[in-house]
Amino acid sequence: MKLVVTHSPHIKTPDTTKRIMTDVLIALIPASISAVVNFGWRAFLLMAVSILTAMLTESILKNYKHGLGHALQPGNIFGDGSSAVTGLILAHILTPLLPLWMAVIGAFLAIFVGKHVFGGIGQNSFNPALVGRAALLAAFPLYMTQWILPIDSLAGATSLVTGEGSYLMLFLGRIGGCIGETSALAIILGGLYLLYRGHISWHIPTAYLGSTALISALLGTDPLFAVLAGGVAYGAIFMATDMVTTPMTPKGQLVFGLGCGLITVIIREFGGLPEGVMYSILIMNALTPLIDKIMQPRLFGGGVSA
Amino acid sequence: MTSATFKGGIHPPEYKGKTEHLAIQRMSVPDKVYVPMVQHIGAPCKPLVKAGDLVLTGQKIGEIGGFVSAPVHASISGKVKRVTERDVVSGQTAVCVEIESDGEDKWVEGCDLNRKLEDLEPDQIIEIIKEAGITGLGGAGFPTYVKLLPPKDVKIDSVILNGAECEPFLTCDHRLMVEESAKVVDGLRALMKALKVTSGYVAIEDNKPDAIAKVKEATAGFDNIQVVSLQTKYPQGGEKQIIDAVLGREVPSGKLSMYAGVVVNNVHTAVAVAEAVRTGRPLIERVLTVSGSGANKPQNLLVRIGTLMSDVIEYAGGVSEKTAKLVVSAPMTGFAQYHLDFPVEKRIAGIVAFLEGEVDLLPESPCIRCGRCVEACPIHLLPTKLDKLSRLKRYEEAAKYHILDCISCGTCTYVCPARRHLIHSIDIGKQEVRALMRG
Repeated sequence: MKLVVTHSPHIKTPDTTKRIMTDVLIALIPASISAVVNFGWRAFLLMAVSILTAMLTESILKNYKHGLGHALQPGNIFGDGSSAVTGLILAHILTPLLPLWMAVIGAFLAIFVGKHVFGGIGQNSFNPALVGRAALLAAFPLYMTQWILPIDSLAGATSLVTGEGSYLMLFLGRIGGCIGETSALAIILGGLYLLYRGHISWHIPTAYLGSTALISALLGTDPLFAVLAGGVAYGAIFMATDMVTTPMTPKGQLVFGLGCGLITVIIREFGGLPEGVMYSILIMNALTPLIDKIMQPRLFGGGVSA
Repeated sequence: MTSATFKGGIHPPEYKGKTEHLAIQRMSVPDKVYVPMVQHIGAPCKPLVKAGDLVLTGQKIGEIGGFVSAPVHASISGKVKRVTERDVVSGQTAVCVEIESDGEDKWVEGCDLNRKLEDLEPDQIIEIIKEAGITGLGGAGFPTYVKLLPPKDVKIDSVILNGAECEPFLTCDHRLMVEESAKVVDGLRALMKALKVTSGYVAIEDNKPDAIAKVKEATAGFDNIQVVSLQTKYPQGGEKQIIDAVLGREVPSGKLSMYAGVVVNNVHTAVAVAEAVRTGRPLIERVLTVSGSGANKPQNLLVRIGTLMSDVIEYAGGVSEKTAKLVVSAPMTGFAQYHLDFPVEKRIAGIVAFLEGEVDLLPESPCIRCGRCVEACPIHLLPTKLDKLSRLKRYEEAAKYHILDCISCGTCTYVCPARRHLIHSIDIGKQEVRALMRG
């Protein structure tokens, strides 16, 4: 009998980082299907290239000390699954016309600059996929803002620019936009799965979408259109809920969501860009340590007199 | 009926099904025992016997070693073979009195009295509990009589009996509440009388409806005792959590629970109190749960203190060859053992054998800030922050983040998907902060 001796507790939750990341990938399946249905094989290639680049970049950065052969083993390429999540999310927030080599650069920068420069998983301040997208937008602004409409593939602007699109079209994603963020239906399905699995809580999505709708309405925009069009639904459910770069306490998460909504609408209504989701989340990412510091839970027995 | 609870906590699998319906079996008197002189929080006892002495069951063999201490008694009759240091459950060594049985189990005088609570004064009850060597049998092992002598400025108004038994696998308290419900209530009444309080509570998790029913039956006629149903949740049996659930009071940060006006005792402790008060019998045996998939015959056993755990396991049918981890007393806060050559103590509530494949040996990975530890912490701390500060040896900062309020329940570590050894590094941080404060 060989006995293992460790510190307590001796039983653990079945959840692991890898399982959480795998669940996020599962939650992204509906949006991925919607991407292919609406934008065809190019969307598929973008996702494949982005995921692969992200996974290889991460595996090499993590394992290069043990040699390239070690880094290229399938198990190590997938690793904890977090790089695949970053790669897929980055692809979802790219335009369908983007040249594939640009997606490769974006995914590489997302993992390298967005994550490993800070020290790898858990250490990064900013959402890596958004860092990748911000870099691409800065480097290739024209390519990053070419839009097509689904199916007929005519050149066109996103619905936020045109202000067009029936609710049903917005819901199904049959509108112009980034490949993964057009279908509210697919996003909601993924969000419900993450809620069910306990990997996200309602706080950030509700605060983000709620504040976006409310502030838009105050400024005279149709609130339902405001949350269905553009990238806010995708951002609220898949990016503003990233565990690493958002506050840990429910109160902090509400503040984070409210801030995202406010900045998104300000950029949309008054800024020079049609969409403000990316910068709103990045700005709130930067504020997360501060929010965590201020919004600490009340100590049990704190402030209670003897 | 809704059940009371606290904010935070977790619900790990209960694993109680194997033993919760099995009546307590009495283990035969062992051939030899090793009675440790420290089985409690506080000063070690001074041995009263030496090699060659003859002792009777129930005879005091260790004298109290300070204000916070509790005497120990011979758990079998026979000859003292030696008084020597040996391995004990904590992984450290302690002075133990080795007694070889004479096979007769002859009791010392004064252990078959028939005293009535009505005839005893509070001071007498406290003296009886002190002399009987009764300590908290829930796991912490705090001498019970000390809790009954609060400082003058503290006003106690309630006694809570802790029947939560929130640790997975354990069913010894559950069985005692079902089988000895009258003694549970007698013990509570003795504790209430000793403290001169008029409200008593027996708080039981709602996964033990039979225990709730039995104790309710036993409290019939005592209007000042209430049975409270608690939500099944870990760590519901934590002292601060149970006080919050039952009375809605928060124990002030950094203070003992008596500063919330409450004394909490385990139900097993109450049974020991009831026996000592009525018969005069000291604490020389307790109930253990032997369980886990590695245990050949899971059961609840009444065992003499000082019996070697290897003898207990052998009597209980042994453990599987494929056992990969042996945990005393229970999986959330217990100690993993590398052998079974240690004596049963007052504070050991069970032993759980895990098989290969049930032992999670995943390596530690970086914190992904999921916040589950923060959400689950029953004290509302930031376990991941404390973990980092402790590893960086930034102890003064850790103190500002209330590291000393941590109750070491292990909840944070249970929920951590990155398998951070949170409670391990927080425990180290607590020791260092205490050392700093001592100067």
